[in-house]
Formats: sequence, C-alpha cells, structure tokens
Amino acid sequence: MIAYEIERWTRSGKATLVAAAAVLLVLAMLPALANGLLIDKLTTLFIYILLAVMWNLLAGYAGLVSVGQQAFFGVGGYLALRLVDAGMTPYLALVVGAVGAGIVAIPISSFALRLKGGEFAIAMWVIAEALRIVVMFDPLVQGETGTSLLALNALDPDLRRNLTYWLGLGSLALILSVTYWLLRSRIGAAAQAIRDDEEAAASIGIDVMRIKQIIFVLAAFGCALAGTIWLASAITFLPRTNFGVQWTVFMLFMVLVGGLRTFEGPIIGAVIFFLLQTAFGGLGVWYLTGLGVIAVCFALYLPEGLWGLWRQRIGIDLLSVGVLFRPSGDRPTP
Amino acid sequence: MSGEPAMTPPVLACSGIDKHFGALKVLNAVDFAVASGEAVGIVGPNGAGKTTLFGVLAGAIPPSGGSVRYGGVDLTGTGAAARCRSGIARTHQVPRPFLGMSVFENTMTAAQFGAGLSGRAAADCAAEALERTALLHHANRPAAALGLLDRKRLELARALATCPRVILLDEIGGGLTEAELGLLIALIGKLKGDGLTIVWIEHILHALLKVIDRLVCMSAGTVIAEGHPDAVMADPEVRRAYLGGAVA
Repeated sequence: MIAYEIERWTRSGKATLVAAAAVLLVLAMLPALANGLLIDKLTTLFIYILLAVMWNLLAGYAGLVSVGQQAFFGVGGYLALRLVDAGMTPYLALVVGAVGAGIVAIPISSFALRLKGGEFAIAMWVIAEALRIVVMFDPLVQGETGTSLLALNALDPDLRRNLTYWLGLGSLALILSVTYWLLRSRIGAAAQAIRDDEEAAASIGIDVMRIKQIIFVLAAFGCALAGTIWLASAITFLPRTNFGVQWTVFMLFMVLVGGLRTFEGPIIGAVIFFLLQTAFGGLGVWYLTGLGVIAVCFALYLPEGLWGLWRQRIGIDLLSVGVLFRPSGDRPTP
Repeated sequence: MSGEPAMTPPVLACSGIDKHFGALKVLNAVDFAVASGEAVGIVGPNGAGKTTLFGVLAGAIPPSGGSVRYGGVDLTGTGAAARCRSGIARTHQVPRPFLGMSVFENTMTAAQFGAGLSGRAAADCAAEALERTALLHHANRPAAALGLLDRKRLELARALATCPRVILLDEIGGGLTEAELGLLIALIGKLKGDGLTIVWIEHILHALLKVIDRLVCMSAGTVIAEGHPDAVMADPEVRRAYLGGAVA
C-alpha cells in the first residue's frame, strides 16, 4: 500500500478564502457608507468580473472558444423584460430571466457543441445575431428602438441603485463559488481533459458531450445574470447594445490580460479593464484602439497573462483547482 | 502460457469488420476474438490496419460494416466512453496525455470516470497505477513536461486506472531501450497474471513472445494468419507480407 496524502487546500488557499469572505462582507455593507457613484461603478465591475470568469470557464477550462456569449447576455435581459411585462416583480424577474437564458442554452448546446474550434466560435456569433433579430420582432422591444425597464424607474433611485448593487454582489459570490467548486470537482477535471484531447478523454470513460453541456449551460447562465444586472443599472434595452459583440470582446480582453486557465486571472483582468475604462473610456476611438493593441500584445508576448506571469515568478496559487499528491513524510508547502 | 483459448467463450470479439475511408479500404472482413485472461499479440506491416482495428474495438472509430461483441453483448453502436466504463481500456500509439494537467490528475481523472470511483478510492487507484508504471515520483509534474518514455507510461497508467477487464496496447514498447523494455514486459506479464485480458500490437516480436499466448498477423486490412506464435511466424504468407512491407 502506498502511503500518501492528497492536498487540495494549501495554507494560502485557505487564507484567500477567508480574505474573500471578509471582502464580501465589507462590500455588502458598502451602500450604507459610500456615495452613489461608487456603488454604480462597483456594480459595473461586478458585471465585468462575472463575464470574465464565465468566458474563462468556457474557453480556458473547457476549450470552448465562443465569440457569441452576448447571445445569453441579451436573452437574459430580454426574458427579464418579458417577465416584468407579464407582471413579475422586477428584481425576481432579473434572476428568473437569467435562469431562463440558461434553459435556452440547452437546445442551443445540443447543436453548437457538435461543432469544433473555429466553427463553434463563429456559429455562436451567428446564433447571437439570430437571437437578436428574433427578439427585435417582439412588439415589446420595438425593433431597433428598444425599450426600457420602466417598472424600475418607479423605485426610489437610491434604493434601486443599492438593490442592483446587492444583486450584482450576490450573483458574483454565487457564480464564483459554483465555478470554483465545479472546477475542483470531477467535472472540472473532465472539462480540462476534453480541452486537452477530446478523443483521449472519451477513451478514459468521459462522456464528452454531457460535460461540455454542463459547462456551456453554466457559462450561459452566468453571462445572462450579467446581462440582467446590466439591464437593471442601464434601464434601457437596445437589441444592438445588449446583443452587441463588444461584450465578448471585453471578456476576451479581460481573460487574456488577466490569465487564461487560472481561476484568479479573469478577476484581475476585469479589475484592470474596469480601471482602464474609468480612466480612458472618454477617449472614444483611441481608447478602443488601445484596448486592441494591449490584447494583441498579451496574446503575442504574454499568452499566460498577468496571473500566469505571477505564478511563474512567485509560484503561489491563491485559489488552486488542482490536486497535489504527497507521499507521506514529505513536508507540506506553506 | 495458458490452456487452449478456443475452449472459453471470447470476452471481446468482432466479426466481419469493414472500414473504409472514402475509396480507401483499411479493414476488410476482419474477424477477431480474445478469450478472458488471454494475451494476444497483433503484428503486421505498417498500414495493415492494426491501429484502425483497435479504434473499432475501443469505439473510437465506427466500422463501415460488421459487429463488435463484448461479454456476449453487441457493442457496435456504443461510443468510446461507455466502452471504457464497461471495461475496455486502450493506450494510444502516439501518447495523448492531457497536457494541461499533472500526471496524477491525468490518472485520477481516468479512475473517476473509467472506473467510476470517487474520493480516496479514486486516488488509491491512480496512485497504484502510477506505482506500477514507475511514474509515482513524477505524480505532480505537468504531463507536458514528460518525455516520450514517460508519456507512454502515462498512457498505460491512465488505462490501468480505469480498472479494465481488457486492455488494448498499441505499440507501447516502441522507442524503449532494452532495459526499459524488460521492465515493461515484466509489468505486462504481471497484468496477465492478475487475470487481465491483453491485446497487444507490437513490432518488437521478442517482447511480444514473452507474454502472449496467441499471435495474429494482419496485412492489407485482413487477418492472414493466427495461432501459436511459432506457427504464425513460420507461415509463408506472413514471411512474404513482412519481407514485402516494412520490417521492424
């Protein structure tokens, strides 16, 4: 018999979780202290982190590179609008709308996931465009004109701001926890195996299609949550904006800069993107050009992103999803 | 060497297997069977269809015609994942490790999915497979950091971690030194002693002969001879196929 221990929680990992819980608590109490502008800004940051983490789950961990994730961002918002129109409480509709978008993702997955690589990526974009056009036919949306979530306008602006903020924070906590748990589970291991070699994954008993579907639907739900929170903070629903490909471009940027295939990278990427947007967003075309240049430079010269660089240099994972094998007698690492 | 394998019903068998890719006929009416606990070697010149036959047996390649049976059940329409879970494991001729995962994670995933184990049982199974294949000291290394020999060992470790009844080995000995080959032969002999059914494609005949009960020779998509290894190697058609094709 081999004497060994399996290590899944490093000391720095446990410390990170405690720190994350503390940050969450402080953030939850922030509306009582901070001004409205900061609350609005942070809500936007939560949306970006959600998007980045979901795209990394899909592309980084499962190898499903999609340029059509705006499909779910848009569908989530649209379903929320429809539910409010049917009489549902707005904040409940935002959550139920996102769940609905996750359900819409199931039939989409059953044909999109038959495609591989570039074909899948482009097909997702086509699906997003097709959904945008379908949604525009709904009289409620009024074509390109769009509509507004007027029910939210009826609320006190401060209350609305805070509720949207808490919804964003709660969604972020939920999605980060579920993603972390999933990546550490056997499903996460199977997704990575599929990403690395689909045929070999099948040869060790992994049901490739089922695993891809689980990841795809979760990523769709997360993007849809981001979409409904954004709807709540922007109030307006414009098909061209809510189904815009720029959302996927942002996701790509955040994940590339922060670090593909790491749990921490996309969060850092989202913070950097948020800061860049806050500082330079007013520059218009030059801002977008700058983002493009940065993304290309990262893809060419630092494909593992900032967190990848940190890992190489410092060698410390904060939130590892891996499994460490330790023969008994070895000293555990700090 | 075991007794007469023909006496026991086959655990894995295929009959009348055809496979063509467009106009190219790779397998032509191949019948093949292996009995429980038996070790069968498959030889043949390059392009004989050996690896394609493995693909058909493992469920990675759908045959154009014919059927595959496992323990008396028709498996022809079953995918590779389900076949692995039911006890048919394979190694690939060119190793296919999961490069973004560690050696241990590669093997543990195989134990979780192929053998359906979880928690400590899966870890035990993975650790044992790595120990058997002399990879345990590399457990935490990324699979991408392994050289060819260790990648071959990882193929075998991963297959063993799925707790198979039948294992299909595709040129697992190629590229090894004599000493390494000796260790591999000892390991495969031990697997056979444990009751595992083995089908082994190999060009290195002397390695095969140390383990196998029966030899099958393929050429141009058909089985041209099978039976006792000495008899097969003495067969004039086998000699012609080998001298006409590439000889290892």
